[in-house]
Amino acid sequence: MSDQKDLLRAPFELAYNYKRSSGPLMSKFFDALAEQKILGTKSSTGKVYAPAAEFDPETHESLSDLVEVGPGGVIESFSWIEEPKHHHLIKNPFAFALIKLDGADTSMLHMVTECDEEDLKIGSRVTANWSATIENRITDIKFFTLEK
Amino acid sequence: MSEEEKKDYAESPINLEYHYTAGSATTRFLNQVKEGKIVGQSCPKCSAVYVPPRGSCPRCGVATNIEVPLTDKGCIESFTIVHIPIPGNPIVPPYVCAMIRLDGANISFLHLIQGIDVEEIRIGMRIQAVWKPKDEWTHSLENIKWFTPIDEPDVDVATLRFQES
Repeated sequence: MSDQKDLLRAPFELAYNYKRSSGPLMSKFFDALAEQKILGTKSSTGKVYAPAAEFDPETHESLSDLVEVGPGGVIESFSWIEEPKHHHLIKNPFAFALIKLDGADTSMLHMVTECDEEDLKIGSRVTANWSATIENRITDIKFFTLEK
Repeated sequence: MSEEEKKDYAESPINLEYHYTAGSATTRFLNQVKEGKIVGQSCPKCSAVYVPPRGSCPRCGVATNIEVPLTDKGCIESFTIVHIPIPGNPIVPPYVCAMIRLDGANISFLHLIQGIDVEEIRIGMRIQAVWKPKDEWTHSLENIKWFTPIDEPDVDVATLRFQES
């Protein structure tokens, strides 16, 4: 047996350069982000899914009625990241949070920062901060911050 | 491409970063590869020779602690002609990936075949490694650029099947 210290070691990166087709409905959702708007979809029961969903998980109907939600909302749950790792988009302490946007009945996962862990509570009001660069991605919302 | 079509696709790369640790058997093997040598490992129980070695015999469940120097000659056990380019891969299709069975080994490994028309490739064909210049050798089987056919009679691959002694 070799000594542990004699073993060969090397970094190895596996990369998949996927291109994702958003489809007709989600394309509208991502296009709206470029205009700093967040869209949800309304089902026949009146329930609003945000971010937009293509199908209603309860009635199974195809959804197409887009409605604007947010940019403010309420934290439903969160997980505080005290020491972000290199792959995290925010380098300062932040929280991953489920945020129920105003006008929506469901919550979406995003990041909340520029606050201390003690400042965050389930029920805290937050609002979207927009990225300077527009890429038609969910990261066009840079993060959420506590409402002043 | 129209404006409408372009918007329908979003770049969505996935990057997985690993720290690879070779382990004892592979470390021994790759240290030899660095010197331009292919050294398999043999099972002390059934004497099967594994290259590249993984450190144990899957048949007997014991450590393959016997080093077996091998030649860089062998035959094509199986192959596939690749026609579809892979993004980021510098090799231009059509090219051939083959399972290479080195002389004296009981398993095969995947490598490239070059130096022959793809239509001419056949199972059982005799081949030999083409090495990169020595100053480019690293701890990798990529020290072998590819395998190329040699002027020797074909092998009947049925005879390669492992026979317990």
